[in-house]
Amino acid sequence: MTILEFSLLVWVGAVAAGFLGALTGLGGGVVLVPMLTLLLGVDIRYAIGASLVSVIATSSGAAAAYVKEGFSNIRIGMFLEVATTLGALAGATVAARISSGTISIVFGLVLIGSAYLSRRPRPKNERDVPPDPLATRLRLNGSFPDADGIRNYNVQHVPLGWTLMFGAGTLSGLLGIGSGAMKVLAMDQAMKIPFKVSTTTSNFMIGVTAAASAGVYLARGYIDPGLAMPVMLGVLTGSLLGTRVLVKADTKWLRRVFSLVIVVLGIEMLYRGLSGRI
Amino acid sequence: MASERGWNDRRMDVVISNLLRFGVLLSAFVVLFGAVLYLVGHDHSHTDYRVFRDEPLDLRSVGGILRRALALDGRGIIQLGLLLLIATPVARVAFSIFGFAEEHDRMYVVVASIVLLILAYSLIGSVWL
Repeated sequence: MTILEFSLLVWVGAVAAGFLGALTGLGGGVVLVPMLTLLLGVDIRYAIGASLVSVIATSSGAAAAYVKEGFSNIRIGMFLEVATTLGALAGATVAARISSGTISIVFGLVLIGSAYLSRRPRPKNERDVPPDPLATRLRLNGSFPDADGIRNYNVQHVPLGWTLMFGAGTLSGLLGIGSGAMKVLAMDQAMKIPFKVSTTTSNFMIGVTAAASAGVYLARGYIDPGLAMPVMLGVLTGSLLGTRVLVKADTKWLRRVFSLVIVVLGIEMLYRGLSGRI
Repeated sequence: MASERGWNDRRMDVVISNLLRFGVLLSAFVVLFGAVLYLVGHDHSHTDYRVFRDEPLDLRSVGGILRRALALDGRGIIQLGLLLLIATPVARVAFSIFGFAEEHDRMYVVVASIVLLILAYSLIGSVWL
């Protein structure tokens, strides 16, 4: 395959990954690495390097829109970014010390886990929770525009949320993904932050988290310009298209199919890692 | 007091939003420009990512990337675009420090500074030289 053919092929795949990732809310990163390693035979270290870069692009692009609309809570984001960036540094450091096979096994487990998380129903009615003293002192409680005006919300279980965020950051640094599913889990489930605020603030944090491990990746030579270029441009194109279509499309069946694909990819990554064929 | 803080928060949101959009667009254009040079120069050569080889040292540090980009090397320019992309969220955190300072929110000036320090540690420690 010539460089031009290879770049075009990767670009097309990345457009598809970005498009589906934006439509289903699962992010493009989770399918990129399996696609590059399983289908195109790329070394997993190059694959996670390219994926991490594309994660910064989509997260920053999408966050630009959400922040303007007033859904993201910049204080919650900043406070939890202390945890995710520390985690990302730890994850990137660990990634350099363990074998490709181990990374593949962890990746497989995370894929299966995030497919499971995405299948759980969202809470229909957002519950009102009482203010928590620690969250109040940290000024994490906020408000966001709702159908009937401005809605205020309180934040709970700050230490648990912070710890989960450290974990999400570690996975992001280890696997080159945004780990949006775990970030949303920490905010929505543990800290009782409204779903819309959780998802948009998670998106807002992904770029900073990824930037913390990107330096380590770059210095270790995981980021190859020839591979990262079509991946970044493709995922960016795909996710921009995806957010355009998102408003009109019925994503229920799509989410179902996509999570099935993720489970299959996860099993394959797990198998390859365990059998040492990666 | 509350409404004043709300107004400042909104203004900060808008600036952050523009900063992020500008950073992503700029880096995408630089990467695209580098891609054209890279693909025109190598259109018939072959590539292999099956085996991990360390990148050449000058594609792994800011100084080396700048040198190659200034020499109009396609791979160097792509890497420069990726550096700009990595710098975008870092710039966002740096700007937030000023935003919080303007709101006299000392606690969050400290929080944002900690995040910036962690990022600086990661980026400067590993990439700079």
